[in-house]
Amino acid sequence: MKKTLPLILLALGVSLYGQPVLELNYDGNADLIQLPSYGEVAGVATNSKGHVFVYARTGHGAATLGDERTFYHGGSRLFQFDQNGKYVKEIGQGVYAVNFAQQVRVDPQDNIWIVDSGSNQIVKFDADGRYQLVLGRKPENINVRPGAGVPASGGMPAEAGRGEGGRGGEGRGGFGGGRGAPGAGINGDTFNRPADVTWDRAGNIYVADGFGPNNRIAKFTKEGDFVKTWGQTGSAQGQFNQIRGIASDANGNVYVADAGNRRIQVFTGDGAFKSQITNVGTPQAICISGGATQYLYSSNSNEPESMERGEIYKVRLTGEVVGRFGQAGKLPRQFGMVNAIDCRTENDLWVGEVWNWRAQKVTLKR
Amino acid sequence: MRRLPASVVVLLLFVAAGPAIAQNVSGPAKAKAATPEIPFDSVPNFFKLPAGLYMGEGVGVATNSKGHVFVYTRSGETRLFEFDQNGAFVKEFGVGSYGFSFAHAVRVDKDDNVWAVDEGTNVIQKFSPDGRLLMVLGKRPDPLEQLALMPGGGQYSGANKPYSFHRETDIGWDPQGNIFVTDGYGDSRVVKYDKNGKFIKSVGTRGNGPLQFSTPHAMAVDAKGNVYVADRGNSRIVVLDNDLNQKAVYDTVGAPWAVCITNTPHQYLFSSNSFPTGNNFDQAPLTGEVYKMELDGTVLGRFGKAGHGFKEFSSIHQMDCRTPDELYVAEITEWRVQKIRLRPTTSTSAAPQQQK
Repeated sequence: MKKTLPLILLALGVSLYGQPVLELNYDGNADLIQLPSYGEVAGVATNSKGHVFVYARTGHGAATLGDERTFYHGGSRLFQFDQNGKYVKEIGQGVYAVNFAQQVRVDPQDNIWIVDSGSNQIVKFDADGRYQLVLGRKPENINVRPGAGVPASGGMPAEAGRGEGGRGGEGRGGFGGGRGAPGAGINGDTFNRPADVTWDRAGNIYVADGFGPNNRIAKFTKEGDFVKTWGQTGSAQGQFNQIRGIASDANGNVYVADAGNRRIQVFTGDGAFKSQITNVGTPQAICISGGATQYLYSSNSNEPESMERGEIYKVRLTGEVVGRFGQAGKLPRQFGMVNAIDCRTENDLWVGEVWNWRAQKVTLKR
Repeated sequence: MRRLPASVVVLLLFVAAGPAIAQNVSGPAKAKAATPEIPFDSVPNFFKLPAGLYMGEGVGVATNSKGHVFVYTRSGETRLFEFDQNGAFVKEFGVGSYGFSFAHAVRVDKDDNVWAVDEGTNVIQKFSPDGRLLMVLGKRPDPLEQLALMPGGGQYSGANKPYSFHRETDIGWDPQGNIFVTDGYGDSRVVKYDKNGKFIKSVGTRGNGPLQFSTPHAMAVDAKGNVYVADRGNSRIVVLDNDLNQKAVYDTVGAPWAVCITNTPHQYLFSSNSFPTGNNFDQAPLTGEVYKMELDGTVLGRFGKAGHGFKEFSSIHQMDCRTPDELYVAEITEWRVQKIRLRPTTSTSAAPQQQK
């Protein structure tokens, strides 16, 4: 009951405080972009020219048969489209890190950053798609549970970092499962299913780490050198229970989608807790718009095996909810587990949908 | 390491029972001896693949309203080809898609949308006639979680999840557009969705009792919305009404690997007692034939026999029968699809008196 009551209230368009939440008018276009290779759209982002980048789980991850170790390749691709949805090119073909797409973001200089929760790496490409920087290291080989006649591959057991296998729990160990104590992370760039990346005006890099058990934010200089880390598993201020997204505002504050605690926590760039936003359901994808007055968008995405909720909230940076739009479903204008929101301007959004395999353009109407 | 003994047991079960249950389930059909033969022809060299494209296992075949033929094949990659009504190659669907890994069935709905059922990714993709992705059912499991489960893999899980499948096998629609899925090797059930993909209900567990299935391998839906489930492992066709209540069982036509229902005012049901993919030719005399039936289960006739030769059927995996006299059959152990024309016989249209 404790959990279902708020859900019922939300379904009725009523916030947890009892005031009705304004339903925002919007259009959705799911036909603008046709992927050259279909798959789960985990990330979508635009650059300053309006070009659209889609990081999708597509094709097939492959394990190499070789010596007693097993190596993992492929499984995701990064595509670029122009402002009209016309395909431009692919970036990062065959790159070591592209195994399980988690997010793509474009920084203020139009560099393209991918977050991959299979390789546990974050890769920066410049605006033309040339390699610039990598954070994290992909485990050399993957751990396969030993069976009859199969020698153990050494390294950490695959179970070490695994939770229930779903979301909202302990997270899932990727290739790096088991590295680092749960809820700690290390002073460096060893990630466990990283979720997202953002930057402050100085170019410092903040990594949401992540869907795995690390539950921390890691900060790096713009050159990629480690600065600091904060957070651990828990529900108190400054603690996290599965971080699914991160965004920053023009003042360098960092907004963290703390999904398991159903809140967005706001920190200074030094990691000092400022406030939290708690009336937006379970935040999965978050985004802060450009423009003089910035808004925060947050998706209360449907969970696996559910077609409930799915609405996206428009929120002032003070935490006041302006309104909401959308619901879970497979039709155009509906959303199938939104994992990414791009909001370069207040009313022009792109959402990436994992369950519906599409990037959908959303236009909010006055 | 403490899990090793369990892994060994699972692996042994998989090795010992897996192929026997999943593959070699065909056997003699009770109705065979009493059923008249239907003469037929096969059209030679019908499909023209461009140079450099090759068929693999012919796993799925379906036609649209224009007579175009869709062939779903396990080649180097699993691929979906479209041919026109003369067998000329038209195009390929979903090149490189995340939803193509191990083909199982392709079907065309009344609006000529093409649905590909893939039991390797646990995903069903709906394509428009021009090849655009319109809808996705199911979820490809997180590959990293799958790695942690290797080697082996379960057979029957009974997970019964609303929006995920476990080696699903086939799809069909009723006149209202509701979607039915047989699911499958890993989860013996039939699932019903509305036309927008919203879960309505599912029925079935593993077994041989009422509303139980042992590898529900194919299905067809008639014009009234009844669902005919090819319960292969139990050598029976189970008929469900539109709300998935069990109505009838037909158990005289061997192990139904493939079923289809004609799209004609008077509908017929075809069912294939396919030659098993284990290639055990001791079973060739007992299997390989296709039955033509009334929807009420009355057997009207049969055609074909097991074999690699022309006009023989290696292991039929899917059939399309838009009309009662022209069928396409996709075969596994010979890499091909055959176009079949049934010749008219006196027994075809007026046969019931020979059976009852």
